[in-house]
Amino acid sequence: MVKKSRIFIFFLIVILLGALITPTVMNVAQGIKLGLDLQGGFEILYEVEAADDEEEITEETMQATVSALNQRVNVLGVSEPNITIEGENRIRVQLAGVEDQQTARELLATEADLSFRDVDDNERLSGEDLEENGASVGFDQSNQPVVTVTLKDANEFGEVTENIINEYSQPNNRLVIWLDYEEGDSFTEEVQKEDPKFLSAPMVSSPLYHKNIQIEGNFELQEAEFLAEVLNSGSLPVELTEVYSNAVGASLGEDAMQKTIFAGFIGIGLIFLYMLIYYRFMGFVACISLSAYIYIVLVIFNWMEGVLTLPGIAALVLGVGMAVDANIITYERVKEEIRSGKTIMSAFKAGSRRSLSTILDANITTLLAAGVLFYYGTSSVQGFAVMLIVSILTSFLTSVYGSRLLLGLWVKSRIFNKKPQVFGVKESEISEL
Amino acid sequence: MNFNTDKRFIHFVKHRKKFFMLSLVMTLVGVILLSTLGLNLGIDFESGSRVDILADDTLTEEEVYEQFAEAGGYEPDDVTLAGDNNNMASATFIGTLSREEIAEVQTHFDELYGQEPSVSTVSPQVGQELAKNAFISVLIASLGIIIYVSIRFQFWYGLAAIVSLAHDAFFILVVFSILQFEVNIPFIAAVLTIVGYSINDTIVTFDRIRENIKYTDRLKTFDDLSYVVDLSLNQTLTRSINTVLTVVFAAAALFILGGEAIRSFSLALLIGLIAGTYSSLFLAAQLWVVWKWKQMERDRKKPKKEEPDELEPEV
Repeated sequence: MVKKSRIFIFFLIVILLGALITPTVMNVAQGIKLGLDLQGGFEILYEVEAADDEEEITEETMQATVSALNQRVNVLGVSEPNITIEGENRIRVQLAGVEDQQTARELLATEADLSFRDVDDNERLSGEDLEENGASVGFDQSNQPVVTVTLKDANEFGEVTENIINEYSQPNNRLVIWLDYEEGDSFTEEVQKEDPKFLSAPMVSSPLYHKNIQIEGNFELQEAEFLAEVLNSGSLPVELTEVYSNAVGASLGEDAMQKTIFAGFIGIGLIFLYMLIYYRFMGFVACISLSAYIYIVLVIFNWMEGVLTLPGIAALVLGVGMAVDANIITYERVKEEIRSGKTIMSAFKAGSRRSLSTILDANITTLLAAGVLFYYGTSSVQGFAVMLIVSILTSFLTSVYGSRLLLGLWVKSRIFNKKPQVFGVKESEISEL
Repeated sequence: MNFNTDKRFIHFVKHRKKFFMLSLVMTLVGVILLSTLGLNLGIDFESGSRVDILADDTLTEEEVYEQFAEAGGYEPDDVTLAGDNNNMASATFIGTLSREEIAEVQTHFDELYGQEPSVSTVSPQVGQELAKNAFISVLIASLGIIIYVSIRFQFWYGLAAIVSLAHDAFFILVVFSILQFEVNIPFIAAVLTIVGYSINDTIVTFDRIRENIKYTDRLKTFDDLSYVVDLSLNQTLTRSINTVLTVVFAAAALFILGGEAIRSFSLALLIGLIAGTYSSLFLAAQLWVVWKWKQMERDRKKPKKEEPDELEPEV
């Protein structure tokens, strides 16, 4: 007697799965954040040093630096920046999908320390004399973008300009405006270069008693906007040195992604084919549970807001291998039980039960390795570990319980009773009890 | 294909000394290779900079050198070509490039080929820290695995499993030393995956040994013990081969079609899979038999316990 209802339930589940997966899979896949190795962008590891030698780097300065960096990144309009503190004095900045990498790099690293100096590099006014949030973008007579900053005290600027006029004669009566002046920088050297390090060096012909200063630095509009924003978001309390950087051109990243995804599809396709040929009907069930596995992993990863990197894709494909293994272990066990002369029904039950502890031990040990990787690894290795952990847990769900449920429906329908060939076992191999 | 019938019964344990010798020779050769040839460490582990260039047409090494010189007098220490028709190049520099230099190089190649190159730099201390962290991770993972296996099985299983996984990880290093493929961070991820896979594979056979021992009444002689191991290995053989085949499909597809960025990763996976299958079929269980037998003999002869240090495996 064949219980058709169970076979009906099987097809219902398959159709429901198909109806769930097909329309949503593309959305899910596109919703996953891609690492910078897949969509281009860059990653910089900064070492943080105190701007003053006497100051120490505390947790608070680190936090302050991170939030200052965050503000700057917002200026760039990067959608999902990732700025994290690593260890005691390092900050990792990951910006995926940045179009203008070079501007971004400059913008991030600048201390935003504006200073006004004479031609002999003596500081006349510093960033501390500026009004907070007083920077804005304007245009001069020739419609060239300029950055306007506001001073706290107009008299102070008047005195400075007056001093310069008194101390220097033409053409040295200049007020040199520097961004991030460093010990050893010299106006006389820089002025001869094609692209000097200071922003501008306007001549002062009469004392200026007003609060607003225009900085004309041959800016492009975007540059001027960035500078104004950076000055407004405040100077960094620290000095940043790049200790590691990794920039991926967008097209290189895209190339890598397309190839990897293509390779992944081919790999998974081969696995499906092999399972179908070798395990026949059980292989078909395995393919269904594997498809569900891939879908669930993507959904979970999306939900966790994980960042998919190249090693992550590799971990996903490897996870398919592990999920297949769980199926293979179970099926081999079921086949053995059939060969030993058990009925299909009891062979299925015994095979499922006995394979469970094997799968459990094998998965837990791999999980252990993945956990250590996650804990000790850095960015891309961590991405790999997260994907591996998600994969192992999901594969356990789909390959053990999913496959068993689906296969169980057929076995319990009794349609395969006395038909061991469906499971890839020949009648002649079955030993008599 | 059916490996479980009696006429196909393979005597894995009988030839154990040959396998031990093979692995020992391999290890010695490996040590010599690693100490002479060494590994081709990527900039993840050695300080320096790497510029990856993508062009529309075929590149030549001379062309890349010329373009670097034109970009601002840069002299790469090494240039290698890659890609389907050599349209990619990686240039490595021993020193780290500064921010301005990176900008200059990126602008030059962007204007030249219309694609912004990828640039990565690592300062010496960061590279060394990465290598150190990776090594510590492996040690901690091994320790965790040995503890877990000792609890779930027995100490000897754990030790045999760790020896075979160390064998697999070492084998990957040796092959990478021979091929002089670049060792980078994804490579470390691959080695750790193999550590996980190898242990997975070994546990499946050990699980069967444990189960078969439970059903065996008489375990008096070495032959009894080795029969149980042979039986278990034969029973799990189909599974071992099928599983490794499916994972090899995935790894091989990644290696052949997956592009430059993960080539080193997928090659390490492939080699590790092969080594892992070898070690779980020919090494791990055999080591376990030898150690287990010594322990059984010792338990029989005298009730007093010896220090485990004196239990040298007969390799």
